[in-house]
Order: sequence, then structure tokens, then C-alpha cells
Amino acid sequence: MAGTSGRFTTVIKAKINKMLDKAEDPGETLDYSYQKQLESLQGVKKGIADVVTAKKRLQMQTSKLEQSVVKLDTQARQALGQGNEELARMALERKNVAQTELQGLDQQVTELEAQQQKLIDSEQKLRTKIESFRTKKEVIKAQYNAAEAQVRISEAATGVGEEMADVGLAMQRAVDKTENMRARADAVGELEAAGTFDDLTQLGEGQDDIDKQLHQLSSQSAVDDDLAKMRAELGQGTPPPAAPQIEKGEGTA
Amino acid sequence: MIVRVMSEGQYRLDEGHHQKLDELDDLVVARVEAGDENGYTTAFSELLSYVRENGEPLGPDDLEGSDFMLPPADLSFEEAANEFTGEGLIPDAPA
Repeated sequence: MAGTSGRFTTVIKAKINKMLDKAEDPGETLDYSYQKQLESLQGVKKGIADVVTAKKRLQMQTSKLEQSVVKLDTQARQALGQGNEELARMALERKNVAQTELQGLDQQVTELEAQQQKLIDSEQKLRTKIESFRTKKEVIKAQYNAAEAQVRISEAATGVGEEMADVGLAMQRAVDKTENMRARADAVGELEAAGTFDDLTQLGEGQDDIDKQLHQLSSQSAVDDDLAKMRAELGQGTPPPAAPQIEKGEGTA
Repeated sequence: MIVRVMSEGQYRLDEGHHQKLDELDDLVVARVEAGDENGYTTAFSELLSYVRENGEPLGPDDLEGSDFMLPPADLSFEEAANEFTGEGLIPDAPA
């Protein structure tokens, strides 16, 4: 029983078969195959450029998130300075989520860079194979009869087709990855936007769903640590008495 | 036989390696099916290392097709779940 083949092998086989189906008349199809290969190579180059663009966009999002972290930290400090611990806690929770996400993004951008480098290497390899095919096709044209040429073309085309499919899949993975990362960065960016404390009094009451989610998401102990640190820096030795507007019935740490 | 490691290249191995490759491949399948992520990572990297260590890399201008294709080294556990099922990617060696 043959094993169930997955996405990688299946796609490759499909592409190769498609290519070979075209190779019915060796004389004509040789040049046609080569033409197709060159077109694919152009596609690969464009694909790599797209990956680079997507990566740059991600890096921009990352630096925006970094700014958010600084902003939220400042806002927490302000809130605490005004004795509004609940608000400070909220800002720190958001900062915490953004920071965690940033760490993940940094690592993924690094991985993406490695993938990108591999793609560039693969493109070079594909180019070499296509060049080799070009040389071979001239030999085949000159030396072999139709039946034998057919076999040799199939062999040569398989080698190129496989390489092409390999690059294609690598590219698809890189694209999937950037899209996935972008969606995550967007989500965190939205959280931050929802937590813009332009008017400190406005958010003092009535926490919305986002706040509750954040509350669960962020590491409570990290937030407590941050709060304690800020208090020390602000010269507030002990936690201030619970602010009267606190509605969640939450005690001091 | 020729084995391609995706995103990496092709290697030529003696037919004598077929059985060992099959064993390593089956181990990856078992780990994936057991939901053992760490085990998968180790087993998959062993499979690829075996190919690299025992195979001779094909030149970039070589136009031969591969007998087996293995996914790229950075294949995630989630992706592996779609790849490694049943007999795996390397069917059992002929008896």
C-alpha cells in the first residue's frame, strides 16, 4: 500500500504531470517547455519581491507596537501619579500583551529572513537547472529520434519541474507566514488603539469587554511587578488606598 | 535512489539505505500520530540528518527527478500532521 502523500508531494506531482502532458511532440514542445520555465522563473522573482515587501510591512508594524509599549508605560505612570491605580493597571495589562506579542513577532521576522534567504538560493538553483535544460534540449534536438527524445525530455523536464514546485511551495509558506503574522500584529494594534488614554477620566469607569479579555490575557504577576516598580519610582512606598471608583471589587495585590 | 529535501536539495543514496529511511520515516509518523511534538522534532531531524549524512548531493545542474520528497527542515508540528500519515513519505521497502 502506498503511503498517503501530503501537500508537498501531491502538489509537486500535479505540477510535473501538467508539464509532461504538454510534451507530446518533442520537437515543438522542447522550446515551449523552456519558454515556460523562463516565465516561471520570472514568477519566482516577483514572488520573492512580494515576500520582501510583506516583511518590511511587518517590521513597520513591529516598530509601531514598540512605540505603543512606551506610550502605555507613560500612561500607566501618569495614572499612578494621579492615584488612579485601576487605570494604571489597565495600561500595564495592555503593555504586557503588546510586549509578549512583540517578542513573538521579533522571532518570526528572524525566521522569515532565513526563509527569504533560502528562497533567493532556490531561485539561483532553479536558474542553473533551467540553463542546464536549455543545453540539454539542443543536444536532444540534434541527436535523437522522436521516440527517444520524448523520453529524454520527460526526464529533463521532471528535474526542472520538481525544482520549480519546490521553490513555489517555499514561497507559499513564506507568504502564509507573513499573512498570519500580520493578522496577529493587527489584532494587538487594535487592542492598543482601544486603550488610548487620551482622556484619563474617560476610562475610569465602566470597563469594556476588551479590558476584561486583557485582564485574562496578561500575566497578573508581571503587571503587579510593574506597578510596584512604578510606585517605588514615584516615591509611593505603599500601595495607595483603593480608589473609590473601582467597580470590580478587586482588592489590593 | 534520489531523495529531495524540500528547500534544500537532492541527495543520491544507495538502495541499501531504503529500510533504515523507512524506519526513520515510520518513527516520525508514530510521533506525529501520538501528538508528541518534541518527539516529532527529534525524529524528523534524525530522518533529514540520515539523508544528508548518507547521501551524495546532486549538482544544481542535474536534471534527475526524485524518488522521494521530504518536507523542509522547518516544517512545523501542525504542518507535519498533514504530511506524515499512514506509511509516511517513504513507502515500505519492497520485500
